[in-house]
Amino acid sequence: MAVEPSTAFDKIWNAHLVARLDDGRDLVFVDRHVLQETTSAVAFAGLKRSGRNVRHPELTIATQDHIVSTDPGRDEDSYPGGRELLTLMRSNAYASRIKHFGVDDPRQGIVHVIAPELGFALPGSILACGDSHTSTVGGLGALGMGVGTSEVEHVLATQTLALTRPRNMRVRFEGKVGTGIAAKDLILRAMGELGVAGGRGCAVEYAGPAIEALSVEARLTICNMSIELGARLGLIAPDEKTFAYVKGREFAPTGEAYDRAVETWRRLRSDENAVFERNILIDCSRIAPQVTWGTTPEHVAGIEDRVPDPAGFSDARRRDGIAQAINYMGLEPGMPLAGIPIDVAFIGSCTNSRISDLEAAAQVVKGRRIAPNVRGLVVPGSMSVKREAEARGLHEIFRAAGFEWREAGCSMCVSINEDVVAPGSRCIATSNRNFENRQGPRSRTHLASPVMVAAAALAGHITDVRQERQG
Amino acid sequence: MTKPVRDIAGVMAVMPIANVNTDAIIPSVWLRTATADMGKGLFGGQRYDEQGNEKPDFVLNRPPFREAKILLADENFGCGSSREAAVWALVQFGIGCVLAPSFADIFYENAFRNGLVAGLIEPATYQALKAAAEAHEGSAEFRIDLPSASVITPGGELHPFRIPASRAQALMRGDDEIAMTLQHQPAIEAHYAAAKAESDWLFPATLQRTQSP
Repeated sequence: MAVEPSTAFDKIWNAHLVARLDDGRDLVFVDRHVLQETTSAVAFAGLKRSGRNVRHPELTIATQDHIVSTDPGRDEDSYPGGRELLTLMRSNAYASRIKHFGVDDPRQGIVHVIAPELGFALPGSILACGDSHTSTVGGLGALGMGVGTSEVEHVLATQTLALTRPRNMRVRFEGKVGTGIAAKDLILRAMGELGVAGGRGCAVEYAGPAIEALSVEARLTICNMSIELGARLGLIAPDEKTFAYVKGREFAPTGEAYDRAVETWRRLRSDENAVFERNILIDCSRIAPQVTWGTTPEHVAGIEDRVPDPAGFSDARRRDGIAQAINYMGLEPGMPLAGIPIDVAFIGSCTNSRISDLEAAAQVVKGRRIAPNVRGLVVPGSMSVKREAEARGLHEIFRAAGFEWREAGCSMCVSINEDVVAPGSRCIATSNRNFENRQGPRSRTHLASPVMVAAAALAGHITDVRQERQG
Repeated sequence: MTKPVRDIAGVMAVMPIANVNTDAIIPSVWLRTATADMGKGLFGGQRYDEQGNEKPDFVLNRPPFREAKILLADENFGCGSSREAAVWALVQFGIGCVLAPSFADIFYENAFRNGLVAGLIEPATYQALKAAAEAHEGSAEFRIDLPSASVITPGGELHPFRIPASRAQALMRGDDEIAMTLQHQPAIEAHYAAAKAESDWLFPATLQRTQSP
């Protein structure tokens, strides 16, 4: 029997298909569901109102990450503005018998950091979470569906999602990746080439030798920013590195069950002749460290480049957008990116807060001091990452350099707690969004890799980490 | 269950900017409580100054548009964060329909679940509606007719918008999507049973221990 060649995405999706709905959408089974405090309270209220129960509490976990304080030694009450949602998360989880990893639990952390870390997200699974960066788990070869609160309620009540099937798209990274270039630079470059709507409606598979060479943690960074491409999700076919990463984690299969799982996971690769509606090729050999200069992730350039001049754009809408972004950011057309002074350096977020990210940044700052007027923050993605970093002595390196060493949470990426950038101040951040007001009213954000943020913190301005290292 | 919607009549505000993100639609400061009046926070970053006073030149602060029922937006409206509060804010402000050449995926799905009509329009329709809105400066009524998937300008011109027919029907009935899905309960249970049998490793014993209250 001839079998149609299919993509890794198709294989996983088809294995989860419960029903085809009359309106053209697919009803898919959700293997794993992760809750966080800012997008679940209304979902539980809805369940209560309609008299429905959580169908499969064992397939859901909950944590507190968005609004939780990241002050050293914090507890649930440290940030009073967060108390209502934190209390609701805990009480709702307890009432529904959902495992809850709150600030008092050693497993607490950012949803997209702890889901892989706990072995809760598995290759070939569908994982839902009320957060757009759920695509992160694609780095393990899982389908991460970022959804709204009504869909969180839908998953709780039915363990399914009704979704429009995304189209297949592939982004291949070819060529040799230079020294000092991180996964963040690869995905930011893709952003620059494809734009923030470039992946809309698509499941994006990242492939090519540069992706295969990445560690699992770096792959999580790549898939994390799929939503910034406008994609429905992103994924990387699992391989031996993935299987080794999953092994031994708390909720991962063990022993003979693990072996059988790996047999299944090996099949989750796109077939040779699988058809992608769109194929994009990115040449890694030409990628310099990337920094955003504007107010959307596609406003990105290499560190050797300059802030664009709106006058050079013929499309009026584009021109106006760029002019407005440059104005908001307090920059001048044509000025070099290197040398832009910064006030804050933030290392953290679901994009870049894993142990390898902290290790890379620590190597840059080791034995040095951050510039006098810069506030530096390091916020580990989870308490587990924090413990591992402390075991390696990274906290001492950061503290000696003048960085704050904080507790796990989303912190200055979403800035819904007290971790905000002051009005008009400029922050270089390892996070994922540089929107107007994202890090606080009138905050200005430049996105970059952990080593680039570390280098900027030392210099007091945006700088090429490759030169910092030589010098 | 959402409130059934068939037609919407009112002033149309225009937001001629591409890639409007959900952080702009509802800034995170409005998300600290489960019970905030999200309508007040709609476009908060652009609508208020740092003291919390309304900026008079922002479109939704100008008299006719304070009562806007329809929003005409540009490409990729609602990109970024998955926050459904972006839709709640629009609805609580009084917007019943957003028309745009394209929507970000998650926003589009969130809209349906709150009875917000998200109508897709051709770029030419966007231009025509924008011109019509500017010609009337907000003083006249636009009408959204969901059964025919069309928008009628104050001058009586009729422009189509795209919405999957079955989803328009669901909006007109005010369907409860969870109830609809639960009609597939036997299929869901069958899938779960089969997955458990074929891929037992997906449901390890460690997961079965749920939180003790």
